[in-house]
Amino acid sequence: MALIPPAGSPIERAPRTDADIDRDLREVMEQELEKSLLLTTLDKALAWARSSSIWPATFGLACCAIEMMHTATPRYDIARFGAEVFRASPRQADLLIVSGRVAQKMAPVLRLIYDQMLEPKWVISMGACASTGGVFNNYALVQGVDKVVPVDVYVPGCPPRPEGLIEGILILQKKIGANGLPSSADLRRERAAAGAG
Amino acid sequence: MSTEPGAGIPVAEEAREALEAARREGRGLTETERAIAGAEAMTTQEALASIEAASETTPGSRRPMVINLGPQHPSTHGVLRLVTELDGEVIRDLHPVIGYLHTGIEKQCENKTYWQAITLVTRMDYLASYFNIHAYTSAVEKLLGLEVPDRAQYLRVIMSELNRITSHLVWLGTSGLELGAITVFFYSYGERDKALDLGEMIAGERMNTRFFQVGGCADDMPPGFETRLRAFLQELPSRIDEYEDLLSSNPIWIDRTKGVGILPPEQLIDLGVTGPALRAAGVDLDLRKTAPYSGYEHFDFQVPLGVSGDAYDRYSVRLREMRESVRIIEQALDGMPEGGHIADDRKVVLPPRAELATSMEALIHHFKLVTEGFRVPEGEAYSAVESPRGELACYVVADGSPKPRRVHMRDPSFVNLQALRPMARGAYLADLITMIGSLDNVMGGVDR
Amino acid sequence: MSEVRSTIESAVPGAVIDEHLHAGEVTVEVDRGLLLDVARFVKGPPLTFVLLSDVSCADFPEHPQRFRLAYHLFSLDTGARLRLRVWAGIEPEVESVTGVWATANWHEREVYDMFGVRFRNHPDLARILMPLDWEGHPLRRDYPLGGEEVQFTDAV
Repeated sequence: MALIPPAGSPIERAPRTDADIDRDLREVMEQELEKSLLLTTLDKALAWARSSSIWPATFGLACCAIEMMHTATPRYDIARFGAEVFRASPRQADLLIVSGRVAQKMAPVLRLIYDQMLEPKWVISMGACASTGGVFNNYALVQGVDKVVPVDVYVPGCPPRPEGLIEGILILQKKIGANGLPSSADLRRERAAAGAG
Repeated sequence: MSTEPGAGIPVAEEAREALEAARREGRGLTETERAIAGAEAMTTQEALASIEAASETTPGSRRPMVINLGPQHPSTHGVLRLVTELDGEVIRDLHPVIGYLHTGIEKQCENKTYWQAITLVTRMDYLASYFNIHAYTSAVEKLLGLEVPDRAQYLRVIMSELNRITSHLVWLGTSGLELGAITVFFYSYGERDKALDLGEMIAGERMNTRFFQVGGCADDMPPGFETRLRAFLQELPSRIDEYEDLLSSNPIWIDRTKGVGILPPEQLIDLGVTGPALRAAGVDLDLRKTAPYSGYEHFDFQVPLGVSGDAYDRYSVRLREMRESVRIIEQALDGMPEGGHIADDRKVVLPPRAELATSMEALIHHFKLVTEGFRVPEGEAYSAVESPRGELACYVVADGSPKPRRVHMRDPSFVNLQALRPMARGAYLADLITMIGSLDNVMGGVDR
Repeated sequence: MSEVRSTIESAVPGAVIDEHLHAGEVTVEVDRGLLLDVARFVKGPPLTFVLLSDVSCADFPEHPQRFRLAYHLFSLDTGARLRLRVWAGIEPEVESVTGVWATANWHEREVYDMFGVRFRNHPDLARILMPLDWEGHPLRRDYPLGGEEVQFTDAV
């Protein structure tokens, strides 16, 4: 089919691997930082510990929640990526996976749960309804959960496959600093310190 | 947020505004409003003060403790909020508060053509997505006077029964998980993954498919589907045996489910309860037998009934229903008639894609159907199917235009949930979790 | 005139305004004032419509009485279905049938929430789907769909 460019054509491009993405991210971040920034071993260790043990809170709302439950089951098994248990209490959870459509009535509850979580905490907006309102552009839904809580990773889909959610969690782990990269929180702190100093 | 505890919390603001509105209009609060708003509208200081005041005036008296279960709760099967008045561990009264998943689907369907509304309607009761579409499309077919070919009817039966199996597997897994039988959760979801693979093979998606169309099904069975389905059906009864080995004679399971959540059948009918919750009480009401639709009259299957209507009977009825579904699918595969997978009426049904390249008429029909949609003559229709939770029906009001005038789903979870309050009065808090599980409500259907 | 209509007419005279038979379904239009009497009658013998499946409403702003309620009934003995239709009027207000079928409780609350139809003698008429302090009744035809402005949203 014509969608795949023939070999040697000017628009041909090798598929991007994980290593490519890491390399590009690292280049961009190094350009943005001051030359004097050093990532200490302790930061790296913290990042590794945090990203390897992200415990989600049970915040299943609608259809996406069923696929979220599937990621916990034997075939997809989110536990091998560190998300060992889903904690019911937000005080004991690190990650809020907003899985499903957020109604107007539910939005204050979502904010309450998010506020009760302790730092460091992250939010994955799972599914089209949580990311942008999805198929339901009407009076009843909050058009995108980022109007209520700050979101780290958006996972598209209606509902996203369990593999999609797992990829979202892996991207979040990268963001936290899993591969020795500085996390986005570190970057923000550095930038604020550089700006103030 | 202000420093005073309890102030600035959005739910309390909502409650206070509701009370203000009632005071302005000069009307009293209804029971539910009092239950929800009365407690919430108080700040923490006010609440403490009221408790102290009550205990001072009537020493030794007991006021029921009002606690809030949900809407974020691991065991309420979704976003259900229960404002529970407890006396120790015993429930005095309970007020279910719903609406935390209200999506405005019915309103949005009025802005879409009949064909586009299918994708919205399927997301109401998301565990029984095929049944939602079945109820909706049969209502539209009734209004159009469109006949569904036999093969399409059999295909619908196969996918509906497969959906019933997957829905019951979710119920089994989550109910087991809530009562502590965590192994059942992993087992049943593993089985469900296989069934969803089959769904993906034929419909393109695991959940929330739009496989049923007005006039039949979107596609026929792909090659290899039947073999795979038969292999799955071969394996399923032994898996159900495994679940029974884990639970049916388990003394802990029996202790937690026997005698829990009993209501007399007359009260259940008065409350509008249908489905396994009603059949467990001994009432033989199954729409597949009472008012057969979509070819169910051709199949030989039994309707499992219970005796007492407690949670254990509901569990047993649902497991037996899964076995009967296996039999129905096998019979449907064996007796699959030849013919089209969708009706022939080109004014309503999209022409097959191959024809678009050769026939001008087909192209025009396709264009008209996709841009404008088909017109449905004025009228109204109410079409009911037997979903895993009970009578799922769709009431469509048509006014001759390409968009429905009104689409209303009668959802069994919405109605069955009314039975929770009489069931829970006088029961233990732990039994409440069992009851919610045994009613098997899906909040997407409750709130729509 | 069908059997159902004549049975109801003989028991509650003056109640039945109209009757429709369409798509295999029987619809009996009933006078608003006599709704409760008709409800009590159809629940008992000989019609035995003991199961109230659904109470729903449709908004017709062009009609002088605007709101049209539909009560869907089912009989376990005969397997028959019946639809009772009532026009709620401009105010709009209708007698509640929770005394006859307990299941009408939440159905009527939903109709109140979505359309603003008040039900007299309802034990607990509060909003059920929308937040308690919501203003307006969403499913009325003059209530906007809401949501965000998106290019090409209403392409049809």
